[in-house]
Amino acid sequence: MVRFILTKLVMAAMVALTVSIISFGLVYMAGDPAIALAGETATDEEIAVIREQYGFDRPIPVQYLDWLGSAVRGDFGISYYYNMPVSDMIFSRLGTTVTLGLCAISFALLISLPMGVLSAIKPNSLLDRVAVFIAVVGEAIPSFWFGLLLIVLFSINLGWLPASGSDSWQSFIMPTIVLGYYATPALMRLTRAGMIDVLSSDYIRTAKAKGLRPRKVLFKHALRNAVIPVVSLAAVQMGFMLGGSIVTETVFALHGAGFLAWQSISRNDLSTMQALILIFSMFYIVFTFLADVLNAWLDPRLRSG
Amino acid sequence: MSDTQDTVLSIRNLTIDLPEGGDRPHAVENLNLDVKRNEIVCIVGESGSGKSITSFTTMGLLPRVLKPSQGEVLFEGTDVLKLSDKQHSKLRGNRMAMIFQEPMSALNPCYTVGDQIEEVFATHSSMTKSERRARTIKLLDEVHLPEPERIYHSFPHQLSGGQRQRIVIAIALAMDPALLIADEPTTALDVTTQAQILSLFKQLKETHSAGIMFVTHDFDVVAEIADRVVVMQKGLVVEQGTADEVLNRPKHPYTRQLIDAVPRRTREAPPSIEGNEVVMKVVALEKTFHTSRTLFAPARTVKAVQDVNLTIRKGETLGIVGESGSGKSTLVRCLIRLTDIDDGAVWIGGKEFSRVPRGQLHDWRKKIQIIFQDPYGSLNPRRTIGDQLVEGPVNFGVPRKVAMQKARELLRIVRMEQDALHRYPNQFSGGQRQRICIARALMVEPEILIADESVSALDVSVQKEVLNLLAEIKEEMGLTMLFITHDLRVAAQVSDNIVVMNKGQIVERGNADQVFSNPQNDYTKKLLAAMPGQGWEVPDIAALERAGA
Repeated sequence: MVRFILTKLVMAAMVALTVSIISFGLVYMAGDPAIALAGETATDEEIAVIREQYGFDRPIPVQYLDWLGSAVRGDFGISYYYNMPVSDMIFSRLGTTVTLGLCAISFALLISLPMGVLSAIKPNSLLDRVAVFIAVVGEAIPSFWFGLLLIVLFSINLGWLPASGSDSWQSFIMPTIVLGYYATPALMRLTRAGMIDVLSSDYIRTAKAKGLRPRKVLFKHALRNAVIPVVSLAAVQMGFMLGGSIVTETVFALHGAGFLAWQSISRNDLSTMQALILIFSMFYIVFTFLADVLNAWLDPRLRSG
Repeated sequence: MSDTQDTVLSIRNLTIDLPEGGDRPHAVENLNLDVKRNEIVCIVGESGSGKSITSFTTMGLLPRVLKPSQGEVLFEGTDVLKLSDKQHSKLRGNRMAMIFQEPMSALNPCYTVGDQIEEVFATHSSMTKSERRARTIKLLDEVHLPEPERIYHSFPHQLSGGQRQRIVIAIALAMDPALLIADEPTTALDVTTQAQILSLFKQLKETHSAGIMFVTHDFDVVAEIADRVVVMQKGLVVEQGTADEVLNRPKHPYTRQLIDAVPRRTREAPPSIEGNEVVMKVVALEKTFHTSRTLFAPARTVKAVQDVNLTIRKGETLGIVGESGSGKSTLVRCLIRLTDIDDGAVWIGGKEFSRVPRGQLHDWRKKIQIIFQDPYGSLNPRRTIGDQLVEGPVNFGVPRKVAMQKARELLRIVRMEQDALHRYPNQFSGGQRQRICIARALMVEPEILIADESVSALDVSVQKEVLNLLAEIKEEMGLTMLFITHDLRVAAQVSDNIVVMNKGQIVERGNADQVFSNPQNDYTKKLLAAMPGQGWEVPDIAALERAGA
């Protein structure tokens, strides 16, 4: 197991390094960054000044190492647009995004695991049909519309929950439901399919033949095997929720990192974009690593892989 | 002790309905059956005969769609059909236990085998943790697993098939059950492992004084262990009696048919093929698999095929016999160049096939055709039989019309109806599919036909049919055949010459009679000794019928 974790750590580090190169390279993919910063009407002298000021005149590997060295220490430079340290902007907002992401994935798992398991025990039962209905609706409703519906109902008509902001825990309830519901269908379907598959397997028959109580067969023997692909998917979705919660954050005016990413893209704020891409990717890598370790703990066959 | 006390299981007039739309109304019908203490009762029948359903009913593990509609299943005097699932589960794993066919998938991959055995004690007894552990280690020893302490901490994937089956047996034996149900427990195992497991069963009958219900399709296994035999066909018991009665003096036509299909160990001397031209010659063939070194694992090499030399003459059937892992499948893959060889040469008709450039291989493919093991997986379910038959020749430039004509001719040879051309694989049984696969292989008029475990997945009577068919076709078309099998009896029946493989090497070769009657190599001797049913001389059914018995 220790060897497995070490292998995965080395691989994660290599992926992280690759990602850092790509996110650094983004600055150059959009053309000469100095020209982009100086604006369309700038003269050659002005561009040259900017080039020197921001260090674009140095060799690219030197720039990369310089950038990476600072990034590791949490320094992502100065935002070209806001003229303030990128790390200050990001870290003040990251808390909101991470809270929302964790709440949403927990909400999604709390809904999808029990429903997936129950509908797998009795396929085509009423409960199964209800679950499928919920899943289809979740896939079909756009998040922004669902968010607006909730605001209309709970904030405007009933006045129970705040419609926007991130000041109190109540502010997170509706965004959690919207973002979590979006992730629920896939997780539920995967749980259901996995459980149906596992429940018809030979070792479940063996477990029954031992005279184990149905609950033990279900939770000890079946769920552990069925949940393995769900863990991997949940990790990917978690990463997605951190980076891709822009719509939800916008609807509820939660000023999180997703919202910042959207702003920096629309304002061509390269250093902020770079930093966000790197941070979101690191989250992905960490979650994938954690999911791999969790799965290896669940299934010993994965440990030797 | 009176007779009734001795009876562990007594099934009376049991009928189980099949869901509507099946090929028959009942899975089992009016079944009567007794199992006594210290007795092994074999239930024999082909797939679909209802023998597994009977064992599942007793264990209370029937799928929901199947419901017993009549009769009773008395276990130690209690009708288990009347028990709630909760009451039944108190008996399961405790007073009655079951061993399944597939040892590879019967254990949960996520838990150590020690944990999976201990669970039985945790469920059915009030032992402490240390008592459970001690009992488990003792059980592992009892089923003859080496190093019980190490095995205790192993996960299923770290054990071989035979070892896993011993774990499943240990689970079943844990609470010293009165009734042990074994559903084809040795079918998936190699012959030497099978012999060990069968002798374990014979021991258990004595040491645990349990009644054993043993479901099998193999009459040689029956001959090896049975005290009494129950023969089932399409849900009905057609014959039951002592092992001696049923094996040596079968009365029912179906039993006779099954016994007649058991491969004989001897046969008439085949016509000599000594002077025939050499079709295929294999010289010093070597194949080694390497796994490359990774950051954390050292490199490993497996010598799959070592210094194999073969000469195959026209019209010859060469049997290649070996257990799983012996290298016989790798050898075949090398012969037809699905796998690159490391060293040596394969000559076909005077040309060095192993050196033909890849680009020209296409033209050579039709010289060798292969029939695979699994007739269910080797036909495309979405295309008609006709399409699949003509695909080969059309691929080699034969006009479709001509190819269709040939397909009809071949269907006749493999004794299938012409309308099969327009039907899909799912409309045929396993035996029919295998005949279609034979026809497909013959469509391109190969010089050499390779049958890779081609009858292993079939019921005995179907197996006999396919073997006879192959023999006839071989005669008629002058085919040369390579017959790969793990089953010595089948090899003895069809082969002119036999090579025995072990760990990638040929350890014995010779004509079939010679190898079977006078083996030289220790491994061959071991294999032959492991064959079940040695003491049983398969009766001459034709003679029985003439005698009108």
